[in-house]
Amino acid sequence: MNAIEVRGLTKRFGQFTAVDHIDFDVKQGEIFGFLGANGAGKSTTIRMLCGLLSSTEGTARVGGFDINTDPHSVKQSIGYMSQKFSLYEDLTVEENIDFFGRVYGITESALKERKAWVLDIANLHGREKSITGTLSGGWKQRLALGCAVLHRPRIVFLDEPTSGVDPVMRRKFWELINELSADGVTVLVTTHFLEEAEYCNDIILINAGKIIASGSPKELKRDHIKHPILEVHCSDVVRAMERIEEEPWAVETSIFGTTIHVNVENEQQGRDAITSLLHRNGITVNGIERITPSLEDVFIYLLEHGGGKG
Amino acid sequence: MNMLRLQALVRKEFQQFIKDKRLLPIIFVLPILQLTFLGFAASLDVKNIVFVLADMDKSSESREFIRSFTNSGYFTMGYTTEDYNTVRTYLDNSQATMAVIIPPQFGAKVLRRESVDVQVIFDGSEGNSTAIASGYAMQIINRYSQEVLTEIVGDVRRLGGVTTETRAWYNPTLVSRVFMVPGVLVLILLITTTNLTAMAIVKEKEIGTLEQLLVTPLRPIELIVGKLIPFTIIGLIIVTVALLVMVFGFGIPVRGSLLLLYAFNGAFLMTSLGLGLFVSTISKTQQQAMMVGMFFVMMPMMYISGFVFPVENMPVALQWVSHAIPMKYYLVAIRSIILKGAGLSELWFEGVMLVVMGIAVLAASVLRFREKID
Repeated sequence: MNAIEVRGLTKRFGQFTAVDHIDFDVKQGEIFGFLGANGAGKSTTIRMLCGLLSSTEGTARVGGFDINTDPHSVKQSIGYMSQKFSLYEDLTVEENIDFFGRVYGITESALKERKAWVLDIANLHGREKSITGTLSGGWKQRLALGCAVLHRPRIVFLDEPTSGVDPVMRRKFWELINELSADGVTVLVTTHFLEEAEYCNDIILINAGKIIASGSPKELKRDHIKHPILEVHCSDVVRAMERIEEEPWAVETSIFGTTIHVNVENEQQGRDAITSLLHRNGITVNGIERITPSLEDVFIYLLEHGGGKG
Repeated sequence: MNMLRLQALVRKEFQQFIKDKRLLPIIFVLPILQLTFLGFAASLDVKNIVFVLADMDKSSESREFIRSFTNSGYFTMGYTTEDYNTVRTYLDNSQATMAVIIPPQFGAKVLRRESVDVQVIFDGSEGNSTAIASGYAMQIINRYSQEVLTEIVGDVRRLGGVTTETRAWYNPTLVSRVFMVPGVLVLILLITTTNLTAMAIVKEKEIGTLEQLLVTPLRPIELIVGKLIPFTIIGLIIVTVALLVMVFGFGIPVRGSLLLLYAFNGAFLMTSLGLGLFVSTISKTQQQAMMVGMFFVMMPMMYISGFVFPVENMPVALQWVSHAIPMKYYLVAIRSIILKGAGLSELWFEGVMLVVMGIAVLAASVLRFREKID
């Protein structure tokens, strides 16, 4: 049985359709990445799956329970960590853990053990009596995750868990997610950091409320990037890109920092064409190399081509 | 309802109270300050009315007549003038609010036992105090003429006719503070509890913790009751502080049963907390909750309950509206228990009304508060 099964799930706010008939399955114990730009419908979907929002159409089963007819059972079996830090900032670390533990009906003896675990993963031993609001971002984040999984839910929803956290903390946070997954917990995580998506077993990409691609990172790259990608280092990046874009042999062009990524039909012909084109325009070429595509390349391709298969 | 979850919520509220530095002043300082200010300022007594005297007679009789004013304690003679026309200037400039004009021949006419007219002019721009002041003035003048009569015929009662002997029960000296302070106590309880609860849920909505609570197995009724219990306790502490100030600060004893008084406090809290919570569930931000609470709960309660204006003086339509104002019943009950020593046999109707309204309001906020955030 899949941990989450979504069928035709739709949410409309007045005239605006935030989520438009989406279908997907999340397998037991996997890390499932839910990707898309801000406003694409990620949070709305997660909120429907957690029973925070009612769906306009369609349904979903979370942990085997229907979100429309049995939201209470859904709530018992999930953990949820929202985009916004949502523990009580005016309470101490320990008071927060105790409160959420008791609300989930954890017995006092089990709570003791779980509290030690949360303090462990959040690295907050010795700071139990600190006011939560005084902690810095990374610690808060891990404390919030700890509180969300205190009751050992089988399914965890993480909505943009790493936004506003520095890269080191972000990496540590993903180690935690991996540990949860290793214990058999299903993790559905939304993010707009594409490099984080590489850690996921499966991904869906959502745009304007619709799923525009799904699969493992490897499958996505294989299925959507059929052309070699050349990374061009040159002097005038913006003008160079404008010139290359006009050429018929350039399938896809985009700026990546101080370099340009060009999808070409054929690697050798592409190299020659770029070199001569830029040379004619008085742009110095410092190097061209073939790179393995990243998810970012995939998503830029998909978004600009209006999405492949749904 | 799950008791463990409820207990967790109540415990959390108190942990937050303890850390909230604004709460302690609200509980202890606010009632004391408000009672002190309103107890003294919200007084309808009129004292030290300054008047201008135009005595055209200057006889010993006219002087005695004026002494009956100045000796009353209500009036102070601020100015004297010989000229009838300058009286107007004093009133125009608000130097005096009353003018007494004694005509020439006043003393002579009194001695001749002829009828004599005295003119008293009031500044009517402050209607309320003028009405009260003119009442005092009439009393004084009546008493003076009665004395004159007594001198002539001895015992006036021999002449027959009806005389009134007025006594004000429960507040014999008619000090308005005695009437106002219990009302202020009600007002304090209304303002603090409605405000605190109006913030309660919307605050969690704003900081995002409500969303976290809603994905837990907590049910709406648990959340509402979990908010009610701590605020009821706070409300009762506030009333107790206010009562102590009333009894020991203002020397107004509670004549009736304390138990009944607290029972009414509890019943009223159901409505004020319920309305506060209801406001909290329909508001999106704390500011919004403040404004809604102010205009739709507190203002009607203050103005239509009889706290400021007597319900009997209102237009019939407003009198009907006042039947739906819980504070009206609470106000009657509190004043009756404190000042008259009334018991449940006199106040059962008010009690029933408060309990019914309380249950209705609480039910409405539980129904209004859904588990969804949309």
